Amino acid sequence: MSKIYKNATEALADLKSGMSLMSGGFGLCGIAENCIDALTQMDIKDLTVISNNIGNSGRGLVKILVQHKIKKAYCSYVGGNPDLEEQMLNKEIDVELVPQGTFSERIRAAGLGIRAFYTPTGYGTLIAEGKEEKMFDRPCILEEALHADFAIIKAQKADPYGNLWFKETARNFSPLMAMAAKTTVVEVEELVELGDIKPEDVHLPGLFVQRIFLGENYKNDIEFLKLEGEA
Amino acid sequence: MSWTKEDMADQVIALFGKDVSVNLGIGLPTLIAERMDPAANVMIQSENGVLGVSGRPTKNTVSPTLINAGKETISIAKGASFFDSSLSFGMIRGGHIDYCVLGGMEVDAKRNLANWMIPGKKVTGMGGAMDLVNGAGSVIIMMTHFNKHGDAKLLDSCKLPLTGKDVVDLVVTDKGIFKPNGTKFEIVKLAPGVLEVDLKLPA
Repeated sequence: MSKIYKNATEALADLKSGMSLMSGGFGLCGIAENCIDALTQMDIKDLTVISNNIGNSGRGLVKILVQHKIKKAYCSYVGGNPDLEEQMLNKEIDVELVPQGTFSERIRAAGLGIRAFYTPTGYGTLIAEGKEEKMFDRPCILEEALHADFAIIKAQKADPYGNLWFKETARNFSPLMAMAAKTTVVEVEELVELGDIKPEDVHLPGLFVQRIFLGENYKNDIEFLKLEGEA
Repeated sequence: MSWTKEDMADQVIALFGKDVSVNLGIGLPTLIAERMDPAANVMIQSENGVLGVSGRPTKNTVSPTLINAGKETISIAKGASFFDSSLSFGMIRGGHIDYCVLGGMEVDAKRNLANWMIPGKKVTGMGGAMDLVNGAGSVIIMMTHFNKHGDAKLLDSCKLPLTGKDVVDLVVTDKGIFKPNGTKFEIVKLAPGVLEVDLKLPA
């Protein structure tokens, strides 16, 4: 069965209200722009969204946040996302802030069959409340794997098997989320032939990818343009 | 007299020495990347997945997919590498990054740091700060000595929710360099003309 889909709408057709959704990207870098736009057009609600920033400055996942489609969010950083901060302080959305390293490791663990792990991160803070503590060389807390029904991922290149190649720092959480979700939808700027991505250059084996489509109209927004010699 | 932001960055750079790896937090610490001497051979890591950050790009080299954890465009040095977030934090948590430099709201004498939320007012989230303070070889906090109300940010005990417990090695402020030792702040160095009596250090 082919993994190639026509577009985001087709690839996300069976995503339903109440499901959990992982979304790749760091800020706006490497976000699945086509998938997010498709979500804005879908009649869905009560999503649990797992994403580092839940968009930023009115862009990215903020588009579905302001449509009140997100019931619960897991993320590590909401600075620069005033819409989320506002919904959070008004208790319109349930936000679980997760330290970024723990966030990525919980996602990785889900994909790789690790049920839980001990980490020193968060010990002695609000994050540790209600969690099992154990003393190793240093005190640690137990953190559990984080799964999802869907992941929406953007890669620079994919081949028809779903082997992925990411550009520069656009990789971030995406390969981890692809491993953790039951259905991973990947949008790409370049859909290449089998063998075009050399085996040693594959960043994520296609085994973890269920659906692929060639994206279009990428904005690839820069959040903070800083150039040499400018203040 | 106080140190400028640039002076503070240079004070931190002097602590690094050569051939080390560092992670720079959002805010004041980003200034460090721009003032680093390339000859010092310091590898700058950014937790969004790059080792080998090297200042800012030009109009010709700028790329929307090449950013630091502050979501600012960057350039990279020869020998740089890209990786996913799990490996990035593995580097940090695994103790492979020699120094991290973070901004701070409060640091106390017990080596605690608070820098991620003000209850009921401001929630930015901790980002990677909780991982960094528990993983990096040495944790340096770079911040102004007083907040905008003139209150000292070096305290006997943090009032805000902690980012990390018993984790801070050094604090570099515009007034000097201070080492929390568990019971008090030792003065490592003072900026020119600064008097200890004006610092409101906890007794």
